[in-house]
Amino acid sequence: MGETVQKPTVPEQAGAPAVESTSAGREPLLEVDHVTLRFGGVVALNDVDFTLYKGEILGLIGPNGAGKTTCFNAMTGIYQPSEGEIRFRGERITGKKKHQITKMGMARTFQNIRLFPEMTALENIQVGADAHHKTSVISALFRLPRHRREERDGIEKAERLLEFVGIPNRMHDAARNLSYGEQRRLEIARALATDPVLLCLDEPAAGFNPAEKEELLQLIRKIRDQGVTVLLIEHDMRLVMGVTDRIVVLEFGKKIAEGLPAEVREDHRVIAAYLGVPDDDVA
Amino acid sequence: MTSVRDWIDSGRHAVAERWHNAPRWMRWAVIAAVVVFFYALPNREFYQWLGPIPTTGSNFGQVLFTISIYVLLAVGLNIVVGFAGLLDLGYFGFFAVGAYTVAVLTSPSSDLKTLWPWLLALPVALVLTMISGVMLGTPTLRLRGDYLAIVTLGFAEMIRVAATSSEFLKGQRGFNQIPHPPGTHSDGSPVFGVLDPRPYYWLVLTLIILVVLGVRNLNRSRVGRAWISIREDEDAAQLMGVPTFKFKLWAFASGAFIGGLAGALFAGKQNFVSSQNLELLNSIIILAAVILGGSGNIVGAIVGGGLVAYMIERFRGIEVFGIELYEYRFMFFGLVLVIMMIFRPQGLIPNRRRAAEFKDRRKEVIVGG
Amino acid sequence: MDFNALFSDFGGYTITGLTVGAIYALVALGYTLVYGVLRLINFAHSEVFIAGAFAAIWGWAALGLDRDSVASGFGSIMLYLLVGALIAAVASAGTATVIERVAYRPLRKRNAPPLAFLITAIGASIAIAEAFGIYTRRLPVGAPTVVKNDVLFTVFGAEVTVVQLLIIGSALAMMVALDLFINRSRIGRGIRAVAQDQNTAALMGINKDRIILVVFIIGGVMAGVAGMLYDIRIGTLTYSVGFLLGLKAFTAAVLGGIGNLRGALLGGLLLGLVENYASALFGANWKDLVAFVVLVVLLMFRPTGLLGESLGRARA
Repeated sequence: MGETVQKPTVPEQAGAPAVESTSAGREPLLEVDHVTLRFGGVVALNDVDFTLYKGEILGLIGPNGAGKTTCFNAMTGIYQPSEGEIRFRGERITGKKKHQITKMGMARTFQNIRLFPEMTALENIQVGADAHHKTSVISALFRLPRHRREERDGIEKAERLLEFVGIPNRMHDAARNLSYGEQRRLEIARALATDPVLLCLDEPAAGFNPAEKEELLQLIRKIRDQGVTVLLIEHDMRLVMGVTDRIVVLEFGKKIAEGLPAEVREDHRVIAAYLGVPDDDVA
Repeated sequence: MTSVRDWIDSGRHAVAERWHNAPRWMRWAVIAAVVVFFYALPNREFYQWLGPIPTTGSNFGQVLFTISIYVLLAVGLNIVVGFAGLLDLGYFGFFAVGAYTVAVLTSPSSDLKTLWPWLLALPVALVLTMISGVMLGTPTLRLRGDYLAIVTLGFAEMIRVAATSSEFLKGQRGFNQIPHPPGTHSDGSPVFGVLDPRPYYWLVLTLIILVVLGVRNLNRSRVGRAWISIREDEDAAQLMGVPTFKFKLWAFASGAFIGGLAGALFAGKQNFVSSQNLELLNSIIILAAVILGGSGNIVGAIVGGGLVAYMIERFRGIEVFGIELYEYRFMFFGLVLVIMMIFRPQGLIPNRRRAAEFKDRRKEVIVGG
Repeated sequence: MDFNALFSDFGGYTITGLTVGAIYALVALGYTLVYGVLRLINFAHSEVFIAGAFAAIWGWAALGLDRDSVASGFGSIMLYLLVGALIAAVASAGTATVIERVAYRPLRKRNAPPLAFLITAIGASIAIAEAFGIYTRRLPVGAPTVVKNDVLFTVFGAEVTVVQLLIIGSALAMMVALDLFINRSRIGRGIRAVAQDQNTAALMGINKDRIILVVFIIGGVMAGVAGMLYDIRIGTLTYSVGFLLGLKAFTAAVLGGIGNLRGALLGGLLLGLVENYASALFGANWKDLVAFVVLVVLLMFRPTGLLGESLGRARA
């Protein structure tokens, strides 16, 4: 797969591919501003504070139960922070509806795949593409030009994206009939169909073998090269070290480190909290 | 037992396969033949050749009219339950709103004394039903599905109580002399008269065709995809940018519109509307029809609606061991719901997309980890 | 609105409201228990109630107490009450068990979507109600006068009858007993464990199916007794009353916070009161609408009810 793609599939958003990995002078895309999140008496996130800059690949890591997915859910609008706020492209997302946040340019995949299982791969992607479509009941009912234009757009997008993620031959198969790896790819394609500026991947390599992980790594780089900023939650340290520009480490709902992969690797707190855990967790 | 089921299933698959692989013209030819058949059906010259199919107890044209109303209702409820996955247990309430709006605006027994013609009251009835759908949906569609089911059930009950108790809605005395749809033959006699039920059936049949074409267009568009994504995973749909509330409301309003249309047609044919028409269990029968036919499939809804209404009418007047079978209809359809859900949740004609969804979700759970 | 009617007999409306509310509360318990454990609205619970109500009447008839009989003597009245309650409880618990076995368990084993459960529940409910309807020829069945409705004493100008006291008293007693059972006994602990986390409870060696069955049986017993109390209060029973009563009891359960036992009691009594006051204000015809309006308003503003959903975890 991969190299055969000629035409960029993802919208050409502003922002050159990130080469430098320092944050100085860069345009912030997502700001997690001293966010605390409580469920009843439990503090799930404690004063978490970091910024994601345009064009970079940021890794969000931490041991099991560190609050990665919770943080992720707060960013995508599923949970409302108890304190602090989250700004996306300079706008507060607190109180925004989930579909509005998606429309603002944030898309995500799920740790446990959540495709629409009975829809075909094509239809799954069309749902994503529909995020920016305006066809409603009247245009659809009478098949007005807008409906037809947007249908065409969705199908073209689906063709390009399926090619891009490497499963062009599964277009008309129900999502539930795809293999596990294909489902993960389809989820990424569906998220890309919403024309995101920021793509959040929640443990996209879970359950992958090394070869598949390598392919995924290339896919993530390719996505970044299209100008999409990527937030990556990942367990697999090698994958994270290999692809990210910067890393934020969480433990027990708190940020314990932030920096370049090389720096984070050397951080003694990270080593204690994360790298020190038994191998099966890191593998 | 299993082998019989397998055999039927494989037969059905073969038919479905054939259908999908047939050339376009052939499919249209088959559809045209079916449509012609149903237009011809109420004529004695035609149905006398059909053996035991026509009903014995009552006028076959009248029976076909009733069936066509049920089919229309099933097509409407299928949008709500089948596509969007919203369990509406008070769907018949929208039928009531449609029928009563026509009655209030047209009947001489109404306090309004507006005495409108039927055709003028029809659009008002449709708009009012849609509004009632939106009004019911706005507070309840944000809730989880099981609450929605109960609230819709309460809604239908509320309409019934209002119709029975309110002076304005005339209770059991009802509204009489509701005018018929307009139109006269060349000799000046009305097209829609009192004696011949066939023109009404043809009218409903025509409207069913139009409605089905419209619903099909919706289903194959952004709207239909939104509905199905909501049914399959509402949270994921939202996160993929689907304005779920808006489309749930549209599902409700579209369903209500079709229910109101059925009610208005019924009022125009029947001449008379009273609270006795509002048997609460009718909502359940329509639900049974949708489930039986195959929830989420337009053809399934049509077949389900037709089959259920036909069975009810066929039971009428037949006695077994001195008991009228018609008495058993509600119990029978209650059991149908249970049995279908346990043994064949996808219905007789399952939706391609939905066929496997009901079957086994354990696999997904494993994949989900 | 007729405020005079309400205020001239405020005490009377209050007592009646509490009596009706006590019956709602007993039925609401069944919804709440099943919901707490299975996250399932047992639509067919109204028919569990109806089964008990019919069983009590037929049981009394079998004992020679037909619709025109009047029981007399403290001892025999108590005996009739106990036997009636027992028969009703057994019939309702049996119905609940059959519903769980036939309609729900096969779906649970298949991990069916929630919609499927609701549909079978409705189907089962209709089928059972209709079976009673056909058997009774859709006519009301008269109940004997087991307890004479004499005025016992007067509070704040309101007369309290024996029947009212019996209903409120026995409902409260059963609620207390149930509360103790859930909070103190071993099975009660199991129920709470399954309500909180089915899988963990299963890992801890709790037999989930058995707990679920117990929950249906307890709900059935409560509904059965409620059915007998209903017979005594109304004196006649029609097969179709379960539907509305079920809808109201469910509203009561939601009002108190579905899944919350004490909430069911509070919700039942409150709904009974509100409904009776409203019938004084707007006329008895509109009484049945109150529950629905309460339900919609409540779901809009406080969907977790007054006391919250405590038997299991709260759900978003």
